[in-house]
Amino acid sequence: MIIEAILLTIITAATPLVISALGELVTERAGVLNLGVEGMMVMGAVSAFAATAITGSPYVGVVAGIVVGALFSLLFGFLTLTLVANQVATGLALTILGLGVSGMLGESFVGQPGIKLPQINIPLLADIPFLGPLLFKQDLIFYLSIALVIGVNWFLFKSRAGLKLRAVGDSHASAHALGIGVIRLRYLAVMFGGACAGLAGAQLSLIYTPQWTENMTAGRGWIALALVVFASWRPWRVLAGGYLFGAVTIGQLHAQALGVGIPSQFLSALPYAATVVVLVLISHNRRMTLINTPASLGKAFVPDR
Amino acid sequence: MTEPAAVPLLSIRKLTKLFGTFAACNGIDLNIMPGEIHALLGENGAGKSTLVKMLFGVLAPTSGQIVWNGKPVTIPSPGDARHIGIGMVFQHFSLFEALTVAENIALSLDDNIPLSKVADEAAKLSKAYGLPLDPSAHVADLSVGERQRIEIVRALLQNPQLIILDEPTSVLTPQEADKLFETLDKLKSEGRSVLYISHRLEEVQRICDRATVLRHGKVTGACDPRQETPASLARMMVGAEVASVERDETQELGDVLLSARNLTVPARTPFAVTLKDISFEVKAGEVLAIAGVAGNGQGELFDALSGEFPQADRNSVSIRGVAAGHLGITDRRLLGAGFVPEERHGHAAVPALTLSENLLLARNQSDRNVFLSGGALGIIRHGTLTDAAKRISETMDVRKSAEDPPAGSLSGGNLQKFIVGRELDRQPSVLIVNQPTWGVDAGAASRIRQALVDLARNGSAVVVISQDLDEIFEVASRIAVISEGKLSAPFPAGDMNREKIGLLMGGMHEKNEGAEAADAH
Repeated sequence: MIIEAILLTIITAATPLVISALGELVTERAGVLNLGVEGMMVMGAVSAFAATAITGSPYVGVVAGIVVGALFSLLFGFLTLTLVANQVATGLALTILGLGVSGMLGESFVGQPGIKLPQINIPLLADIPFLGPLLFKQDLIFYLSIALVIGVNWFLFKSRAGLKLRAVGDSHASAHALGIGVIRLRYLAVMFGGACAGLAGAQLSLIYTPQWTENMTAGRGWIALALVVFASWRPWRVLAGGYLFGAVTIGQLHAQALGVGIPSQFLSALPYAATVVVLVLISHNRRMTLINTPASLGKAFVPDR
Repeated sequence: MTEPAAVPLLSIRKLTKLFGTFAACNGIDLNIMPGEIHALLGENGAGKSTLVKMLFGVLAPTSGQIVWNGKPVTIPSPGDARHIGIGMVFQHFSLFEALTVAENIALSLDDNIPLSKVADEAAKLSKAYGLPLDPSAHVADLSVGERQRIEIVRALLQNPQLIILDEPTSVLTPQEADKLFETLDKLKSEGRSVLYISHRLEEVQRICDRATVLRHGKVTGACDPRQETPASLARMMVGAEVASVERDETQELGDVLLSARNLTVPARTPFAVTLKDISFEVKAGEVLAIAGVAGNGQGELFDALSGEFPQADRNSVSIRGVAAGHLGITDRRLLGAGFVPEERHGHAAVPALTLSENLLLARNQSDRNVFLSGGALGIIRHGTLTDAAKRISETMDVRKSAEDPPAGSLSGGNLQKFIVGRELDRQPSVLIVNQPTWGVDAGAASRIRQALVDLARNGSAVVVISQDLDEIFEVASRIAVISEGKLSAPFPAGDMNREKIGLLMGGMHEKNEGAEAADAH
């Protein structure tokens, strides 16, 4: 049963990474680099906690997290897409702003007991030994994370709208010449990324540790950004990578508890090291790069009318 | 020909596009009749691209009217252009490298056609027009010719009444171009109209029914190209006689100044071409032209000759008798060689830097004493530098908006004249040029070619790598063909013709004949 308990904690640790990375994946597939994931996530966390505390319903909290995450990303969208500000600088500013604003808004909620999002048991499947408790006695956000992986994968590679999104990320000038609304699609992609980051934040303050503390995202937004590259912009690889990174995070805690002689700093650096290795591998193969990396990532688009 | 009573398919009236105060198109009138192939001629910067972009809804006209099938229309977006029946094949392909052929095609179709059907439709259509395509291939893996086929099939799938082709043959072999002309004839016989933009006057004469000539944003002539000569068409485009390249056939050849010996370079990336056992010699006073279709190793050969990627074998390249295979660009320049790479923007010049700065970037070592002072400090002599840039601009007739503008603000032809002039100014004893007049208008191209021939006449060895056969016949003393990384034996230019080059391009090396010819020289 100890294995089951460890796996459960891994799933809980991995879910916010998977969700926020999926959102960023869609944003980046459209050619926009939003480094503000951490800021959007922490805004989602504080608003989910606050809305839950005020209304008493964690589901209202989940919605609040999503909406605030999306609205916060809209600020990024306006600055980078409409005013054509530098995406890297704006993304960094968004993170700093989010951390600051969330600390201010959440001040009165610090130390308050939270309400945990209830567990939903799937009939029949929940009774399967071992797998049942792991996969089918979970909360809403876990189920959503799996649905999102399937949905985003289908959207990107099977739907026409997803094809347009990938086209915009590959070459915005060509997409514009074909009559695709580049800016509009990018706004939608940025907002989807914001909504996902907000949802991931809600998971943190409603499930992972049902309370509010300042900076409670603790760098998960940066891991999500690394995860997108690690997954070479593929949804299923985000799922696998998210669980791998989650396992490393949990392994670090257990290693400390068991007194294993690996410094915890080394383990917490592992996701980033793994990302660097993947980047090197991808960059080495030009075909992999061409086919997977959004070619216009981070480039501003100004139609020449 | 067209009957006077017929309603034009497309009629443009007083169409004007201003960029600030600059009129890229100035009151253009043009009629395209149903079922005609209409040529649009003009130098770079004459306003052709601007005009076409307005027709396809990419740019909004400042004033004027577009009449389609007798009705005035506005075309606010490319989607609207396609909707009324205008299809476009771009000069710089608007394809998505990361996507498959079918996905690329699907993007330009109406939303109600299921993605699964697109592949079948595309395969069917590409067969009907003799343009073979694999719908599931990634564009990144395809050749330039194949990419153009996608563009054409993509335009055809929307069943357009008017198809605009921007410089379609610049990337094709003569045989591929012939195929394209067959496709265009088929389109014409179906009653569709074609607006055909080209620099190549012979092609225009061969396939176009009427021609409209633009110069400085204005219509300067309308004619039946079959009634004209290439010289008279060129005169309309340039506004003056285009000098044909003068050569001295009795040129005495000197020592071997550049040679490659068993030059073999493995492909650095999966997309690169492996160079296989390339050997040739170029003597003082001659121009060796290397013909070939894009993507057969021209870029790799240029990199190996220029030292952008030095080789392990120091004897693989010799410059003025010195083994230089292992040397980098600067060391090869110091031996007296000059290089003009293919891409103007980002390779031959930094677009954001001024012309004089670009001049210094190329020649800061080879002309160190001229442009730099203070010994090791390397302080830039601004006066000398801007004087040199001015001298080059004057010699090569570079037209620019300011005294020393950023390289990126010049039109392609003018920047290319400056880049070639930058090397010629040194009077290098060896000059290697890759695609010297790619996308350059007739006037500028003729000037560049003459300069290359003159350099050889003054005792330098010149290598011209080009896809343009007209250019090759104009400048070459000897011609070799590169195909799949192998170089044919060089033949005297007088012994070559288009068919022969075409066969060599296709990779059908005439082994015996080539060897005999090589022995004979």
